[in-house]
Amino acid sequence: MASALVNVPPKAKKGAVIEIRTLMSHIMEPGYRRTAAGDLVPRDIITSFSCRFNGEEIFRADLFPAIAANPFLSFFTVATESGKFEFEWIGDNGFVANASATITVEA
Amino acid sequence: MFDTSHLSRRQMLQFAGGAAVYGALPIITARPAEATPAMLASAIRDLVGEATVKVGKVKLEIPPLVENGNTVPMTVSVDSPMTADDHVKSVHVFNEKNPQPNIGNFHLGPRAGRAKVTTRIRLADSQKVTAIAQLSDGSFWSGSVDVIVTLAACTEEVP
Amino acid sequence: MMRLRRLLLGVVVLTAVPALAAEIPPAERRSGYTFMTWDTKAMQDDDTANPGMLAVMDGEALWNAKAGETNKSCADCHGDASVSMRGVAAHYPAFDKPLGHPVDIEQRINLCRKDHQKASPFANESRELLALTAFIGKQSRGQPITSGDDEALAPFVARGHELFMQRQGQLNLACTNCHDGNWDKHLAGAPITQGQPNGYPEYRLEWQAMGSLQRRIRSCMTGVRAQAFDFGSPDMVALELYLMSRAHGMAIETPAVRP
Repeated sequence: MASALVNVPPKAKKGAVIEIRTLMSHIMEPGYRRTAAGDLVPRDIITSFSCRFNGEEIFRADLFPAIAANPFLSFFTVATESGKFEFEWIGDNGFVANASATITVEA
Repeated sequence: MFDTSHLSRRQMLQFAGGAAVYGALPIITARPAEATPAMLASAIRDLVGEATVKVGKVKLEIPPLVENGNTVPMTVSVDSPMTADDHVKSVHVFNEKNPQPNIGNFHLGPRAGRAKVTTRIRLADSQKVTAIAQLSDGSFWSGSVDVIVTLAACTEEVP
Repeated sequence: MMRLRRLLLGVVVLTAVPALAAEIPPAERRSGYTFMTWDTKAMQDDDTANPGMLAVMDGEALWNAKAGETNKSCADCHGDASVSMRGVAAHYPAFDKPLGHPVDIEQRINLCRKDHQKASPFANESRELLALTAFIGKQSRGQPITSGDDEALAPFVARGHELFMQRQGQLNLACTNCHDGNWDKHLAGAPITQGQPNGYPEYRLEWQAMGSLQRRIRSCMTGVRAQAFDFGSPDMVALELYLMSRAHGMAIETPAVRP
């Protein structure tokens, strides 16, 4: 059950700088831990996060094992027009998760 | 420098033997347990090449005393008007004592409005965290912060 | 390890061993929240950034999902959780008349699954069980704890109190030694809290995951090198019950964030 918590203001004025917050549940196994038997626990992390607005990429992050579990990312964007944000998380072992949110932008 | 990671041990030894004949030594790097200053310098060099990195414009906000190194809130911001002509293209965050020097790279652009990203990171030990921003004019700016990391008092078994 | 042992023995000697430390007076009861740094408090306070809210969201989905042979969801009987579950977690563990002993929320959920949904129980500390208990617990957020009020629980509260006061493990420490006698001091750099259970299940930074009160108790017991109580055992539930009654009147904070 991969779950994402995304927070986008539902309304904004055109030209306003708005904050977007995202939280994705993921273990972010760094690949340096060992089991009690001494075996290395293989890396299993989200490697990339991207945010598109009306199809155009507005933010992208490359993530490494140093990013904490259940990665939280907050970033900013300029409200230009009404539309849809699409969020995508991609990671090891074929991990893909998507979420979306809409915004109404008033002049 | 080519990638040796896909060669079998036999192939590596053959190569080593062969190379010795030709006078070139291959470098086989085992994965280190912790980053060294050389790894950090190398990671930064991969980003900036031979360009100078100026100190300034970049602010790293991390609590100076961290309650738990597993989850450390971090905000990196860059002083920039974020216009089409003058904006931050990307911010790259590095550390010096985790097993790997990279923490995260954040790709922005004029659509960002504000060059400010917040996330949560892992810090293995008390250390310096460095952020380098690449601006639209190709220049590099950096900011650093020293963090003290305390560890939980009792270790426990996984449930 | 030896240094830690000597340090802890030193702590014990300094408390001048009052054999039964008095319970913390209601006015002095402090949530674990008050011992945290500003940043960790901020993580808990913001529902858009609290990692525990991911579990609450999963729990809400489970609440509405059909399950078992009866193909019923929790919602089919209990309706809107914000109404039916309000205040529930604040008085658990509760006495179960047919069984004749208290059960905690996890056991209540699995009893419901078995008896009313004809579904298999969720495993201890499983993602599903943590999600549902987080979701149910959140419906009591802000409510004062009233666990232990039921008179039928008196002998079980007493047993829990006995366990709280009893020295155990290689380090020969009782819960009371740290959590009644030395709270607000430090153990190896980390503040010693009063051990109040008002935020469970909680997102613990050390675990980088949600965990139950039982998991936390087990790790404390392992910490003093004692054999930890099994999940759901009578002693475990009695101790949970005592801890909740010791926190009587404090506000629930589920899903809490703790270091």
